[in-house]
Amino acid sequence: MTRALAFAAALVVALPVAAQQTMPPAPFAYRQLENPAQEQAAQELMETLRCLKCQSQSIADSDAPMAGDMRHQVRTRIAAGESPDQIRDWLTKRYGDYVSYKPTVSTTTWPLFAIPLLLVLLAGAILLRRFGRRK
Amino acid sequence: MNWRLWIPLFAFAAFLGLAAYQLTQPKDEFVESRMVGESLPYFELPPAMAGVDGIGSADFADGQPRLLNIWASWCLPCIAEAPHLENLKRQGADIVGVAIRDRPEDVARFLAQHGNPYSRIGRDDLSEVQLAIGSSGVPETFVIDGQGVIRYQHIGDVRASDVPVLLAELEKAR
Repeated sequence: MTRALAFAAALVVALPVAAQQTMPPAPFAYRQLENPAQEQAAQELMETLRCLKCQSQSIADSDAPMAGDMRHQVRTRIAAGESPDQIRDWLTKRYGDYVSYKPTVSTTTWPLFAIPLLLVLLAGAILLRRFGRRK
Repeated sequence: MNWRLWIPLFAFAAFLGLAAYQLTQPKDEFVESRMVGESLPYFELPPAMAGVDGIGSADFADGQPRLLNIWASWCLPCIAEAPHLENLKRQGADIVGVAIRDRPEDVARFLAQHGNPYSRIGRDDLSEVQLAIGSSGVPETFVIDGQGVIRYQHIGDVRASDVPVLLAELEKAR
């Protein structure tokens, strides 16, 4: 009984996934750009953009159809001459910093950079006091 | 014994407490669109099936506020929200659909089965409109005012309790 239930539950999960695959992926979801320099720029950018459907993966790592559509956006925009920073800005304007994995120093993130520095300074000061005392 | 010896332990306990508290909090996976308050970006979508009109950004700038519903025939929550969209339509809301990665025959089958609350349905095979307005999933519903400005975003399926909220947002956008 529990096995049948588990199987039914698995089917419910699998159904929309299978249904999503009935459409072919976007043209540039899995196809690389002809120009190797452009493809490399696109690849580097895609590795630092968050997949919104599968939030702990980058769009380069994800097979979700939406990630494929985002890769299509990135590749066609790179091919049209947009810079990676322009594309990142375009997405950030829609989804916020959340969509980007590239760390930036801002009014909310500066403690992440400042605290380790402070701790190192603190440790240095403590060590200095200890060893200074022994002399 | 030096009382200061206990400081690291207390600091660690405080950290554990914070972590335990955060673990009990429900995870918020909604990614809100930053496009609320902005004009709809330019787009032009062909009809999602025979017998309906497609949709372009220009169609929104005629003075009437509308709901823009991002949906798909393969999306299960869209079945659950179908009767509530029907209810919104009955109460005077003009609902425009954008079908994501969908085939015309699947769209027709879905609408035959669950009703058609849409005045127009555009076909978005590459999620272009979805990405352009900052939507991160299916279904989502946006309130667009008569000037084509995005006023409100509802993430997830529309439930009975969301109907008055959306009607009020439509009224506000008037």
